[in-house]
Amino acid sequence: MKKFILSIIVIASFGFYVISQNTGNSSGNLLSLSNTNSSDTNTNTIPTNVVPNPSDTNNPYSNPQDNTNQQINTSITSTQPTKIIVPTPTSTPIVKKTGLYNDGTYIGNPAFAYNDNVQVKVIISNSKISDIQFVQYPASGRSGRISSFSLPTLKQEAIKAQSANINAVSGASYTSPAFIQSLTSALDQAKV
Amino acid sequence: MKQSRTIMSMPVTIEIVDSNATTKIFEEIFNYLISVDEQFSTFKKNSEITLFNEGKIDSKDLSDDMKKIFNLSKDIKNRTNGFFDITYNDKIDTSGLVKGWAIYNASLILHQKGFKNFYVEIAGDIEVSGLNNEGQKWAIGIRNPFNKSENVKIVYLSDIGIATSGTYENGNHIYNPIEKRAADEIESLTVIGPNVYEADCLATACFAMGANGIYFLEKTPGFEGYMIDHNKIATFTSGFEKYINNI
Repeated sequence: MKKFILSIIVIASFGFYVISQNTGNSSGNLLSLSNTNSSDTNTNTIPTNVVPNPSDTNNPYSNPQDNTNQQINTSITSTQPTKIIVPTPTSTPIVKKTGLYNDGTYIGNPAFAYNDNVQVKVIISNSKISDIQFVQYPASGRSGRISSFSLPTLKQEAIKAQSANINAVSGASYTSPAFIQSLTSALDQAKV
Repeated sequence: MKQSRTIMSMPVTIEIVDSNATTKIFEEIFNYLISVDEQFSTFKKNSEITLFNEGKIDSKDLSDDMKKIFNLSKDIKNRTNGFFDITYNDKIDTSGLVKGWAIYNASLILHQKGFKNFYVEIAGDIEVSGLNNEGQKWAIGIRNPFNKSENVKIVYLSDIGIATSGTYENGNHIYNPIEKRAADEIESLTVIGPNVYEADCLATACFAMGANGIYFLEKTPGFEGYMIDHNKIATFTSGFEKYINNI
């Protein structure tokens, strides 16, 4: 009889101990309970050079209620020289919710922005964007420093007739007929 | 002495200030330009360029001058990110480059013959050397695209080339080879550079870039530009104003 009561006390004590530990430190115990390898401090399965996104469905810590659909802009092609969207290197890559990318390195078509080409390289690893780099970017005016994508400020004036004596005139007064002929046929080809 | 003639279907003017100029040198220069036209005109049935385009001449059999022009075209195409392109519809038309190149060669011939003060012009592209009859820099007007009898800017030049591209005359169209459309964002673009053939190529290529062209010129060392847009506003590169003083 005594042994029986003693055993109950030991089991109950152990049970109370376990319960008290659980309520005292929930996340720590979740970690230890779910992770069979107690020596592994990094349980992040995402490639380390991608900024973890709380909405990433592959993230074990993501909010399962979050169903936001997010798009990634990997294609920096533009046929309009005045419209260009350039992702900055510090922007957070956002992964498409559906569909995967094939691993590899991809270089976008060069797009003409203001005074030079812009071209980006995207590196996919583990089906996600792991890096975006610039292959070409606009260089600023005469100093050759990398510009902040702003146009140099050039002077402007309203045109006005001048009356000084001149020796000759430079104007688009005449273009070789051969040039015009070539251009006309080229334009005909280009028509939709 | 000053003489004008129509060659390459274009008005050609040569003025030589040096007192030793004779009609002989004018004839020599005009004959040179005629021979260039014979070689490079796509209108002439037996020109080298026409025969090449028809496949009757192999590229290895081209003349040195033609090969040189092709190489120059390739170089300028690279420098302008493809905006200068002599290929249209699978045919080669070098007239965008040959005009300026021919003027420049003519000026070299004149220098070789000992002439120092002159200008050579073909249809608004001009190479100037030395000083004018008044002993001053050559005064070159930039034509008003909206009124051909007016000049909207006067530049004073010596030992330099100037070229202007535009679409305002008789419906000419400059072609944008990148976007495959007529480049018609701006009215005219004038380029001043170390020699007229580079100025000519850049004037064509940068015009095709539209409003961006003047910025390309801004970042190209050694060249200045003056662009006139549809609103009659001129935008010019930061070094352009050194040419507006007659000093």
